[in-house]
Amino acid sequence: MQQDNLIPHLFRTEYSKIVAVLYHSFNLKQLEIAEDIASETFLKAAEVWSIKGIPENPAAWLYTVAKNKTKDYFKHNAVVEKQVREAKQLNDIEAAPEFDFSDQNIADSQLAMIFTVCDPGNSAESQICLALQILCGFSMEEIANAFLTKIETIKKRLQRARTNLRNGDFQIKILSEAEIKTRLESVLKTLYLLFNEGYFSQTNNQLIRKDLCSEAVRLTYILTENSLTNTPQANALLALMCFQSSRLDARISDNGEAILLEDQDRNLWDGELIEKGNHYLVHACQGNEISKYHLDAMLAYWHTTPTDKDKWQHILQLYNQLIIIEYSPVTALNRAFAFAKVFGHEKGIQEAEKLKLDEHVYYHSLLGYLYAGINSGKAIHHYEKAVGLTKSRIEKQTLSKEIKRLTEKKAAG
Amino acid sequence: MKEFLFVFRADYKTMPQASPEQMQANTQKWMNWVAGIAAQGKLVDRGNRLMSTGNVLKSDGIISDGPYTEIKESILGYTLVKAASLEEATALAKDCPILSFGGNVEIREINAL
Repeated sequence: MQQDNLIPHLFRTEYSKIVAVLYHSFNLKQLEIAEDIASETFLKAAEVWSIKGIPENPAAWLYTVAKNKTKDYFKHNAVVEKQVREAKQLNDIEAAPEFDFSDQNIADSQLAMIFTVCDPGNSAESQICLALQILCGFSMEEIANAFLTKIETIKKRLQRARTNLRNGDFQIKILSEAEIKTRLESVLKTLYLLFNEGYFSQTNNQLIRKDLCSEAVRLTYILTENSLTNTPQANALLALMCFQSSRLDARISDNGEAILLEDQDRNLWDGELIEKGNHYLVHACQGNEISKYHLDAMLAYWHTTPTDKDKWQHILQLYNQLIIIEYSPVTALNRAFAFAKVFGHEKGIQEAEKLKLDEHVYYHSLLGYLYAGINSGKAIHHYEKAVGLTKSRIEKQTLSKEIKRLTEKKAAG
Repeated sequence: MKEFLFVFRADYKTMPQASPEQMQANTQKWMNWVAGIAAQGKLVDRGNRLMSTGNVLKSDGIISDGPYTEIKESILGYTLVKAASLEEATALAKDCPILSFGGNVEIREINAL
């Protein structure tokens, strides 16, 4: 890899590891100190490597520099001397010259960091931003791009969230079962939302979507690697992410249009990820627990299984269970679609119209789809409403194409 | 929105003796109906089924093994929904699968304490 590419690449993979290890090894009161040291480390890498070339083991080089910079910080920064006393003594650091960047300690530190960042006191959006910045090494610009938001908005959101974190003073040094239990639900939810942010993102930038999804997978994988957090729910969530990720390449066409599952080129589905999904789903189903993530993962499983005559019956039953556990308009609409697949479009229309989700794009595009072969006039009416409601330019195009087709069909009589 | 209790009643004796396949089909029908209410955001608590055995304690201290000897129908289960009116709640009960087995649904508004 060229140096120009190497540093951003390493930044992504190593920055969050360095921050997590420093933060937990030294009990640094402020997260910002760990982050500053990590940033300075990369700055130095850029300087030194441009002159001397890339070292043999760049990651190890970064860890050594980070370690020395941390020592310097404790030695020379008189301003924080008080904090040093509160934190670990300098002697302790020197007594333990092996700065622990072992795989195990990196994983433990990152796991603890996940639990620190997913503070239910912060809004879900803020938690995701924090996770992207601290756990995934995203820049503010990258976060803003992913959310289609101004950098200024993200900056403010992060500042508020960090203030809350500091005030909350939550820090897991050693992961205990009790502490994990209190936060695991919130952690899983944040990782789920982070994944969805990538999977259903409004942005057309396929690279950003993939990045978000793969980061969510990476962090959830850390959970399944530790016996305390390797719960059925965590496995179900990881299975769900694997199944969904397997279709990432197939669900967007070359010009950025979303492709419906039925129309996707199955050759583009990633078989290896589907296998992984099956693996984690089996693990998730040890025990009797059926969570929302289990149902979502099973739904994703059925969606990747094209040949079963009862497929839609299974899917409908899963949506039934899901909507009973937790109502959401999207689940209600997906369920109505499955209902139509099982009982036909006419009954599907009855079921969908009961939902009265007049403000939802998908409500109208679903009714448009269901009416298409039955009543072109009504189908056009609903598709037009959907066009008026959607913010996505590409969806507008797709819907308009359908309207045109139906109008011509109607005219032809 | 007001809350309503659905009480499901039927005669155990006349309930069809279903094969496992039929039982599964019945469960699916039931789930389709309850989830249809949930999909409208009107399910409060899906409730539970009741076992067919039970006791009735009377004021004279006599315990009898359930009301079944005296009345034909017994309570099979209950569900809680929300709706704007009794009429709307009744409309939600319209597709309840118990109706096709000769059972009935009693719809009662909850008078919260």
